[in-house]
Amino acid sequence: MQNLLWTIPFLPLAGFLILSIGSKWLSPKASSTIGVSTVAISTLVSILVAIEFISGIGTSHIFKQELGTWIDVPGFSSNFGFYLDSLSMVFVFIVSFVGFLIHLYSAFFMKDDEGIVRYFAWMNLFMASMLILVMADNLLMLYLGWEGVGLCSYLLIGYWYKDPKNGYAGRKAFIVTRIGDTAMAIGLFFLFRSFGTLNINEILHYVSLEWISGSPDAKIAALLLLGGAVGKSAQLPLQTWLPDAMAGPSPVSALIHAATMVTAGVYLIARTNLIFSMAPNVMLLVAAFGAIILVLAGFSALVQSDIKRVLAYSTISQIGYMFLALGVGAWSAGIFHFFVHAFFKALLFLAAGVVIIRLKEEHDMFKMGGLRKKMPLVFYTFIAGAASLSALPLVTAGFFSKDKILMDAFLSPDSGIVLWIAGLVGAGLTALYTTRMIILTFFGDMKIEPEKISSKALNIPLVILAVLSIVAGYIEMAPLHLFSKFMAFSLPELNQPEGAALGFILPVISGLVVFTGIFLAWYFYQKRPEVTYNIKKSAIGSFLYNLWFNGWAFDEFYDKVFVQPYIFLARINKNDFIDLFYTEISNLMIRLNDWALLTQTGRLRWYLALITVGVIFGITIIIFL
Amino acid sequence: MINIPMEHALIVAILLFIIGLAGALMRRNLVYILLSVEIMLNAAGFAFVVAGARWMQPDGQVMFIFILTMAAAEVSVGLALILRIYHNLKTMDADDVSKIKPN
Amino acid sequence: MILAWILGILMFSGLISWIVGRFNKEAPRWIALAALLANSVLLIVIWIKSMALADLNLNNQWFLEFDREWIPFFGIRFHLAMDGLSLLLLLLTNLLGILSVLISWKEIEHRTGFFHFNILFILAGISGVFLAEDLFLFYFFWEVMLIPMYFLIAIWGHENRVYASYKFFLFTQGGGLLMLLSILGLYFHNAGITGVYTFDIVELVKHSSTSSLAGLFMAGFLIAFGVKIPAIPLHSWLPDAHTEAPTAGSIILAGLLLKTGIYGLIRIVIPLFPDLSLSIAPFAMAIGVAGVLYGAKLAFAQTDLKRLVAYTSISHMGFIIIGIYAFNSIAFRGAVMQIIAHALSTGALFVIAGIVQDRLHTRELKNIGGLWDDMPGLGGFSFVFVMASLGLPSLANFVAEFMILLGTFLSNPLWAILASLGLIVSVIYSLRIMQKVFFGPKLSSYKTHDINLREVVILSALLIPVVYFGIFPRPVFRTLATPVNSGIFLENDRVNSDNSSQNKSYIMKSVNEPLPSLKTKVELNVLPTIGKEDKNEQN
Repeated sequence: MQNLLWTIPFLPLAGFLILSIGSKWLSPKASSTIGVSTVAISTLVSILVAIEFISGIGTSHIFKQELGTWIDVPGFSSNFGFYLDSLSMVFVFIVSFVGFLIHLYSAFFMKDDEGIVRYFAWMNLFMASMLILVMADNLLMLYLGWEGVGLCSYLLIGYWYKDPKNGYAGRKAFIVTRIGDTAMAIGLFFLFRSFGTLNINEILHYVSLEWISGSPDAKIAALLLLGGAVGKSAQLPLQTWLPDAMAGPSPVSALIHAATMVTAGVYLIARTNLIFSMAPNVMLLVAAFGAIILVLAGFSALVQSDIKRVLAYSTISQIGYMFLALGVGAWSAGIFHFFVHAFFKALLFLAAGVVIIRLKEEHDMFKMGGLRKKMPLVFYTFIAGAASLSALPLVTAGFFSKDKILMDAFLSPDSGIVLWIAGLVGAGLTALYTTRMIILTFFGDMKIEPEKISSKALNIPLVILAVLSIVAGYIEMAPLHLFSKFMAFSLPELNQPEGAALGFILPVISGLVVFTGIFLAWYFYQKRPEVTYNIKKSAIGSFLYNLWFNGWAFDEFYDKVFVQPYIFLARINKNDFIDLFYTEISNLMIRLNDWALLTQTGRLRWYLALITVGVIFGITIIIFL
Repeated sequence: MINIPMEHALIVAILLFIIGLAGALMRRNLVYILLSVEIMLNAAGFAFVVAGARWMQPDGQVMFIFILTMAAAEVSVGLALILRIYHNLKTMDADDVSKIKPN
Repeated sequence: MILAWILGILMFSGLISWIVGRFNKEAPRWIALAALLANSVLLIVIWIKSMALADLNLNNQWFLEFDREWIPFFGIRFHLAMDGLSLLLLLLTNLLGILSVLISWKEIEHRTGFFHFNILFILAGISGVFLAEDLFLFYFFWEVMLIPMYFLIAIWGHENRVYASYKFFLFTQGGGLLMLLSILGLYFHNAGITGVYTFDIVELVKHSSTSSLAGLFMAGFLIAFGVKIPAIPLHSWLPDAHTEAPTAGSIILAGLLLKTGIYGLIRIVIPLFPDLSLSIAPFAMAIGVAGVLYGAKLAFAQTDLKRLVAYTSISHMGFIIIGIYAFNSIAFRGAVMQIIAHALSTGALFVIAGIVQDRLHTRELKNIGGLWDDMPGLGGFSFVFVMASLGLPSLANFVAEFMILLGTFLSNPLWAILASLGLIVSVIYSLRIMQKVFFGPKLSSYKTHDINLREVVILSALLIPVVYFGIFPRPVFRTLATPVNSGIFLENDRVNSDNSSQNKSYIMKSVNEPLPSLKTKVELNVLPTIGKEDKNEQN
């Protein structure tokens, strides 16, 4: 089965090639069939590989496949090779399985769109790139997948290209992530300079041998890799692109901007965990970034009116949790949260997508309402996802993953308490905005009558994801700890003091916080919405509202400090001031020419006079020199 | 023969040349400019004769005959040109002639 | 002999085209095409043979040579020589030549005979530059490249062609004259020392650096090549020339003419003045970085599609300058790959701009938009080339830029980091192309049809190498290293035997070794080697 590793990314890649080259001749039905089936077969293969992998986990916990040489010059060589351990296995499974469900959903969702061939081509390319990213055995190939997913993100955000706003959102995403990518590329150069190789295992091997904890080399490498991670994962300080990325179709948002691409940063940090472990300061930074953004994004999610933007900020916030986990060294906890998050976030986006199309493209929650009677399936699955997101105690998967993170944060030696409080506040906010979202969308008076659009292709993914959002957490429940045991084959364990007593108190506290959040949301949005309205109108309220609505003014800051000056500089220098130098030279020549022309008067006696003067001059020189 | 110092003769030649030059520069009528050029040529020829007399060589006289010949040729061409100019432009003013320059 | 044939076929067919052009308008196209195809066949045969030679491990620098007396009185020889680098560049020349003839099939209607004469002579000049081993011959071909190009722009160009062609001519000629002065200086200097009057590069290398005026000589060459590359601040001619030239002219300009400057650096400046080159390396890299960033900024600001693409050329060539002056074997290989990748991708972008202009009769971005509706095929091709322009992995440009940056980082981290910023700014202008031309609302009133077979063939011929070399760059690197060609830098056994080898030890003897001078001149922790054993040896 190891030898079939290559088919997992190459099937979608083949799909991309077929769909793009044959786009003129493929019918919409044919394109969606091709698009979905390549991913379906790829998922099947990955499940088979997973089964074989898990069953043989005791003996060999790594699958490998070498495909060939990419670049081979004296001094530098890089291959195409796959490396599958439990970490990549989790990612491969999630990417392909959730990806498959979303492709299935898209087959119906996009069926009337005229560019459907393009859509599936790029979605397939995305799947291929993401799978290459998580299975790559060296950093250059990882970078290949990294840029590939960035490209597809750009294309799919701007999918409806007629509206320039979509194109702008896509460009913003690409440029901001490119900034992170460049940092990562410099990190790659740095690692190569230190070790002469880009193979991940070799690098980690040398790191363990040569670098000591706290060495400046480790700090630099970790910081640069972190730069790449925050770009792709929409974390501080490069988080501004994600809310705008909601311009793309909902399945795109579900796949790329919730479940998979934005978690690439998490994968990167987890994969190179040894480098980060060698730089404790940077780890603290990771955790701090995670903690800060999860609170900030939570506040922003609270005031959004576009349902997809709420989910976008929510994604930023949840990835903040993953970063928080990674930062305190709770590697497998972070990955577990990724695992669960993929399910419920994709679910929420897909459900939101159904709501949107059934309400004739309405995104504003304040124009929705009372939908729970007319769309029961969507409503219940949405509740399942939302409950998991809010980490409703004991019954949802989200509870297990989020609480593990909170526990590990609390027990962490450097400022663990602060991190824990941040996580707690974030959890409360999450419950708050999630419940708000549900109330505004599904409760209250119905303002728009939803159309009758329903299909198995839409419903099956919703149901499957809803079920998973609930039960997926149980595999980690004590005393099973199946997930952590699985991850232990590739990630280091976190050494935590056993806080048995805390084992009950902390979840109880977070449960209370969750319920408080739900209650507050009910109070402010269902029971007494006018209070909310008054708060919003007040001076402080409107200030905070605007601040949070605009993502804490990061966008504005970047715009004023980077974007506008660059555009201004570009515009005033459009004709290149260096060119002026040369045009001035030619102008000078023209002027000299004009002066010289003055001697050509055409008057006979003038010429005679000049001749005389010249002759006298010449004779003088000859006589005296 | 009274011995005339060469310098005196040359001064005469120079004076003649200057008269001719001044005339060429200051007169506006083309015929007079031609006349002045003739004077200049003669002045040059006179200088040659003086030099020939000084060195007791016939070359000076030979040069004078050359200059005379050349002057004759040049005058005929010049007069022909002046005739043409007068025929076309009805003027013999040197400055007016330069106005045929296209702007 | 083959080398002379390569040049001869081009020149001869050029003359024939011109003559035939008076009688038949379409014939010159076929003649030109036939000549270029014949040349390509020759080159491919040479290429295949050279791959076989690579395994034999001969110790020659050149694997093909043609050396005849030309003007013995002045010591000028007609000396042509080919090694891996020249072979690659000649293959590129022929490919782009064929494509430019194809793209002008419908675009050029009047005076086709003279047009093809010019194209063939430009190509002959370029091929000559890539092959010449005698400085006078080099200069001769340098000028041969110049005049037909001037005509090309002046006669078949666009609105502002007279200005652009003059500017191009004056800049290049000015640089060329300074180069002539340097050549003569070297000539006389060498004669002063050895008593032999010769222009041959191999001979001149022996004493070139000993002159007190070596700095000035190098400056002359640098200015001439700097104008061509183009290096900031000598780049002003490029946007006008590229924009106003006909599409075929733009392809040849961007794809080939610019590379002659680089080739001059590699073949002439660095072997002749190794010490000085090393000492100006930081300055040169600064110019390269300036080119990358400033060119990108200017590209972003443009409203004329072709001008935008022209400025991207400055940006990409900046990378090559950096790659060469890093004096590192990885960066150097990256630079050569960038030469090829840039020629192909930018050439393709000019083809696309030409197609757009042909359909919509405008180059102004504010009048173009939403072309994906009517021309998805063109959109698809452009998308690949735009991605190449911004350095997307799996395309040749990425391999090139990555290797350049990696190699430079090993010796000069600061410049590498600054150059990496180019990765960010390149996205800004590249996506602008896609957005303004293909996405967004439709702004032009012309109805267009998608690309026809001829255009598909041209664009595919450019796309396939770009994608192929992105994944399998091996053919390029392997050709570069034939035949054991001690390669790009002149290996001069004779030099080493004459002077103490320690002076010349920094001349790269082969592309296979990293520059030993890195050990002494630049403090490095680790040299670019793989594995720990090597590190122990060097430390």
